[in-house]
Amino acid sequence: MSGFFSPFITKPVSVSQIMLHVLLALIPGIALYVWFFGPAILVSLTLASITALGVEALMLKIQNKQIAPTLKDNTALLTAWLLALSIPPLAPWWLVVVGTAFAISISKHLYGGLGNNPFNPAMIGYAVLIISFPVHMTHWLTPHGLGDVSLSFLEQLNYIFQGVLPDGIKLDAITMATPLDTLKTQLHLNGHVQEILDMPIYGRLAGQGSEWVAAGFLLGGVYLIAQRIISWHIPLAYLGTLFAVAGLFHLIDPAHYVTPVFHLFSGAAMLGAFFILTDPVTSPTTPRGRLIFAASAALLTYLIRAFGGFPDGMAFATLLMNICVPLIDAYTQPKVFGKKKGQS
Amino acid sequence: MRTLYQFHGGIHPPTNKTQSNHTPIKQASLPSKLVIPLHQHVGSSAKPIVEAGQRVLKGELIGAPDGHLSSAVHAPTSGTISAIDMQIVAHPSGIPDLCITLIPDGLDEWIHREPCDDWCALSHTELRHRLRQAGVVGLGGAVFPSDVKLYSHKHKIKTLVLNGAECEPYITCDDLLMRERATEILQGAQIMRALLYAEEVLIGIEDNKPEAIAAMRAAVTEGCHERMEVVAVPTIYPGGGAKQLIRVLTGIEVAAGVRSTNLGVQCFNVATAYSAWRAIGHSEPLISRIVTITGNVGHPQNFEALIGTPMDELVAQAQPLPGTTGYIMGGPMMGVLMPSMQVGVIKATNCIIAAAKNLFPAPAPALPCIRCTRCAEVCPSELQPQELYWFSKAKNLDKAEDYHLFDCIECGACSYVCPSNIPLVQYYRFAKSEIWAQEASQKAADAARERHEFRESRIEREKREKAEKLAAKEKAAIEARALRAETPQAVVSSARPDADPENTMQLKIQLAIDHAKEQAAAIKPKNTEQLTPQQLAEIADIEARRARVREIAKDVTHIDGHS
Ligand code: SF4
Ligand code: SF4
Repeated sequence: MSGFFSPFITKPVSVSQIMLHVLLALIPGIALYVWFFGPAILVSLTLASITALGVEALMLKIQNKQIAPTLKDNTALLTAWLLALSIPPLAPWWLVVVGTAFAISISKHLYGGLGNNPFNPAMIGYAVLIISFPVHMTHWLTPHGLGDVSLSFLEQLNYIFQGVLPDGIKLDAITMATPLDTLKTQLHLNGHVQEILDMPIYGRLAGQGSEWVAAGFLLGGVYLIAQRIISWHIPLAYLGTLFAVAGLFHLIDPAHYVTPVFHLFSGAAMLGAFFILTDPVTSPTTPRGRLIFAASAALLTYLIRAFGGFPDGMAFATLLMNICVPLIDAYTQPKVFGKKKGQS
Repeated sequence: MRTLYQFHGGIHPPTNKTQSNHTPIKQASLPSKLVIPLHQHVGSSAKPIVEAGQRVLKGELIGAPDGHLSSAVHAPTSGTISAIDMQIVAHPSGIPDLCITLIPDGLDEWIHREPCDDWCALSHTELRHRLRQAGVVGLGGAVFPSDVKLYSHKHKIKTLVLNGAECEPYITCDDLLMRERATEILQGAQIMRALLYAEEVLIGIEDNKPEAIAAMRAAVTEGCHERMEVVAVPTIYPGGGAKQLIRVLTGIEVAAGVRSTNLGVQCFNVATAYSAWRAIGHSEPLISRIVTITGNVGHPQNFEALIGTPMDELVAQAQPLPGTTGYIMGGPMMGVLMPSMQVGVIKATNCIIAAAKNLFPAPAPALPCIRCTRCAEVCPSELQPQELYWFSKAKNLDKAEDYHLFDCIECGACSYVCPSNIPLVQYYRFAKSEIWAQEASQKAADAARERHEFRESRIEREKREKAEKLAAKEKAAIEARALRAETPQAVVSSARPDADPENTMQLKIQLAIDHAKEQAAAIKPKNTEQLTPQQLAEIADIEARRARVREIAKDVTHIDGHS
């Protein structure tokens, strides 16, 4: 017999299925990542996954909670993947492990585990890494065909796990700063947007290769909305606001501010809009709240990108807005049935 | 085409109606005994007016309505009263209630009836009286005495809504009733319309019942009913909730604590209209109803069953299959698990589902809420169930009320979609019962304090009165002595000085009581005031469930382990 109380039936949708959908939706982006930058990202995804599951099991055990149901919910895996996608694939193995372990243990379980963490665990992991190991966090792979040399997969593995590069190859030759970072540096050197974008690392919309990865995430995100796994509010408000603000600056001074499309397809904007800001646990629950939350995050992202000290603002914008979630929720409670305006 | 409105949310659970709606309504065979509870309706229990050993006829009054909000109970067939005692009734609590047990004699001999050919000739008061005496109550599940709901001034009610939506999965009793007895339903509706002075009648039927819609439309045309319309409404749960159906048909949203009549609408179930007609037109009290027997049975179908029929005897007529673990009364969304399979059918029994593991598998263990808001997306009351859950669980009852806990209609849509398998409605029922319990004890405390204060002031008053009387007596004695030689009247007049203080005292007491009442009102939580009689009845019900809910809550807490 089912429970003792109605409803006696439930919709066969579980947390683990929802998270599985989200993981699946990341695959187009990951595939394009591999296509343009090689399979190194798969190594960090695997490392992060193993670490996440291990640390999660450990944390549950320490707290005497049931391990199996939580481990099966796929949320730790999702955190792991999001973090792995935010750090350079050529980063040393321990960077991935430390970041993931921190994300799962401190920012998820110390706050009470699934459903109770105020901050997006993946973004906490990212923030810790970029503050503690800023140099390691800049070793982004050069897309295929752009660098003078390229590493074989084995050579990449060697570097990730042992920190050894083949003789005669310098790290600089195979890595580069992100397109956003480069843009920032060049603008500081008084470059002109148009000239900078002529550099070979830039493609049609944004960074060579990375623009395609962003497009992959966009595709996955649209799938999530179509499947009603996430609501449209956050992605639309985020991308829309980012586009509007970047567009405004671009219109005023095109020489110093890149096009809004560039912003949308750079850095973690797409990943963030569909996969990070939409984390249900750390985002508002009311439709209006979601719009406010995402629009503010977009504004912050832009401000950090254009005027702040970090190349990308996504992670910090997310964390800052995470703090505001309870407040946003409290002030955007919708009117209930029969108690709307114009009714007694 | 009529414009239909929408309500927020709703779900589409598998309807599982086709199993039981293929065969016509079957007359259930006469059971070995009938166990008829005296409290089957909202309001106060009926008073038994028969004795054990007495022979009664079919349709004879055996429980008389007691008080304004009450209803009558009748003998469903002829036979002998074997007992009037406490028995387990069709209520999940398993708490016994006063029942009359009737052993049928197999003759099914009717009491004298006076069919009424022209009810229009009867006064409204008389019609209401007859409905009350016939024990007509809401058959959609609310079991609210219909006569009480059928009162209105002229030009107040525009629309009478007849609810034939039947949105709960598995249940098909209204479907079959509408297919087979449409004309009589409409005749009942005419009586209701007259009593309410309603301008129009809208009959809402979900569009997954085309046969019922066709039958009802044909009956409307045939009966030349003016301003009466059968409206096919979209199939969505809980589209058959009174508030939801009113919204869909008229666009009016009846908020919690508001009477729909104040907004110009009244709503009845189609089966209630049918029994109103039987009561008035045929002088037949409510002694049977259509019950869907479905679930783990070989031949799911609808039966016309006598009130009081033991559920297992009824289910036995639908070829029960092995593996049944219990009976659910009502549908799978809002139904309740019966404490025993032998309890008698009551007026609220629209459906009995024989439950088995394969039909209703055990729910997966609950996980923490991930704030996914799937619950909020389906909530027809437009609440934030995840917040309510949070507050209920933390026993932050004030907050739960702020977030409109009492607007929750307990439809279970939120629990249905929750990917974390949280038994959300249980938490709300629990929180509501906690609040009611608190308010009840608050009320009791207020009453006690009032009594205490009253007693204090009475003692005070008596003391003073004594002293004054004494003083007056002394004074009178002195005066009398002094004036003995003069007129006796003087003694009389001066002997009444206490008349005035007495009045002052009463005034003071009144003030004290008023003050106490004011104080009580100031600290009285707001919900007690708005309680409908129905809710008051629910308080008692819910009280009983509390213990079990607590257990569940404990289990859940155990699983998520962080509270
Ligand atoms: S559906 Fe369940 S998990 Fe999702 S927000 Fe509601 S209560 Fe939480
Ligand atoms: S049970 Fe209450 S909170 Fe849940 S969906 Fe129904 S009305 Fe909303």
